[in-house]
Amino acid sequence: MTQPVMTSSAESLPLAGGLQGVVADLSSDQRAFKNVPWGKAMMWIFLLSDTFIFSCFLISYMWVRMSTTEPWPNPSEVFALTLWGHKIPLILIAIMTFVLISSSGTMAMAVKFGYEKNKKMTFILLLITALLGATFVGMQAFEWTKLIVEEGVRPWSNPMGAAQFGATFFMITGFHGTHVSIGVIFLIIVAIKVLRGDLDHERPGFMTGRKGSYEMVEIMGLYWHFVDLVWVFIFAFFYLW
Amino acid sequence: MAHAQGQQHPIGVYLKIWGLLFILSTASYLVDYFHFQGYLRWSLIILFMFLKAGLIVAVFMHMIWERLALMYAILVPPLLLIVLLGIGAFEGNYTFLTRGTFFGTGSEVPVKHR
Repeated sequence: MTQPVMTSSAESLPLAGGLQGVVADLSSDQRAFKNVPWGKAMMWIFLLSDTFIFSCFLISYMWVRMSTTEPWPNPSEVFALTLWGHKIPLILIAIMTFVLISSSGTMAMAVKFGYEKNKKMTFILLLITALLGATFVGMQAFEWTKLIVEEGVRPWSNPMGAAQFGATFFMITGFHGTHVSIGVIFLIIVAIKVLRGDLDHERPGFMTGRKGSYEMVEIMGLYWHFVDLVWVFIFAFFYLW
Repeated sequence: MAHAQGQQHPIGVYLKIWGLLFILSTASYLVDYFHFQGYLRWSLIILFMFLKAGLIVAVFMHMIWERLALMYAILVPPLLLIVLLGIGAFEGNYTFLTRGTFFGTGSEVPVKHR
C-alpha cells in the first residue's frame, strides 16, 4: 500500500504579491485568505456583515431626517451638559469618544504584547480595555436616563421637534451599546484565558476543541476596533451633523 | 500555514495612531464647538470621520499588512452601500416634498430645516 506523500506547498512556495497575488489566492483551489488564521478571516466576514447592518440603520436615519417636515432637534443642545456653571455643547459625547478611542489604543497594544507572549502586560491591557468599555456603557446609560427622564424623549415623540429623533437615537445607540457590552464580556473572557495561561499552553476553550493561541487576542481586537469604528460614524452622522 | 507569524509591529506605531485619533476627534468636536455651519461643517465632519476610520482599519486592525485578497474581500463590498445611500436620498427628498404638499399648513413650499 502506498503512503500519501506529505507536502506543505503553502509554506515552501513564495506567495505572489499585488494583483497577481489576488488572482493566485482566489483561484488556488485551497484556502483563499493566506497568512491569516481562519478565525480571523471569519471575524472579518462577520464584521463586514455588521457593517451592512449599521449602514442600514444610518441610511434609514438619513432618510427619516431628510423626509421629516418638523425641525430636527439640535444634537449640540440636546446633549449639552452643565459643568461648573457652564453649558458645554456635546461634552458627554466628546468624552465618550475619547474613552472609546483610548480603549482601542490599549486593545492594539494588548494584541502586540500577546504576540510577544507577555502574559502580564496582555492581561493588564485587556483589563484596562474592558474597564474603558464598561465606562463607555455607563456613560451611555447616564445619557439615556437623562434623555428619557429629564428631556422626555420617547421613541415616538419628544418635546424638541421631529418625532423620529427618539426612534433613530434609541435604535442606533442602543444597538451600538449592545455591541460594546458584548465586547466587554468577550474582553473579560479573553483576559481570564490569558491570565490562566490557556493561550500559552494551547488549552482548548469551553465548548470547543480549538487550541488556545494568542491569535485569539487579535481576533477579539478586531471586534473591539470595529465597535470603535462604528462609533466614529455614529458620532459624525448623528451627533455632529 | 497554521502557525502564521501574526502581526508584530513596534509599539510606537500604535501610540502615534492613538495620538492622531485624539487630535482628529478633538478637531471634529471643535467643528461643533465653533458652530461651523453648512457645507464647511459637513465637509469637515466627513473628512475627519474618514481619516479616523481609515487609521483604525489600516493600523489598529492591521489591514495594510494583510494580503490584497483579504483587503479587497472586506473593503470592496461596502461600496455597494453608495447605491442604497442614493436611493435613500432620492426617496427622502420625494417624501419630504409630498409631505409638504399634502400635510403642509399652507400653500407655501415647505422650508427645509438645516
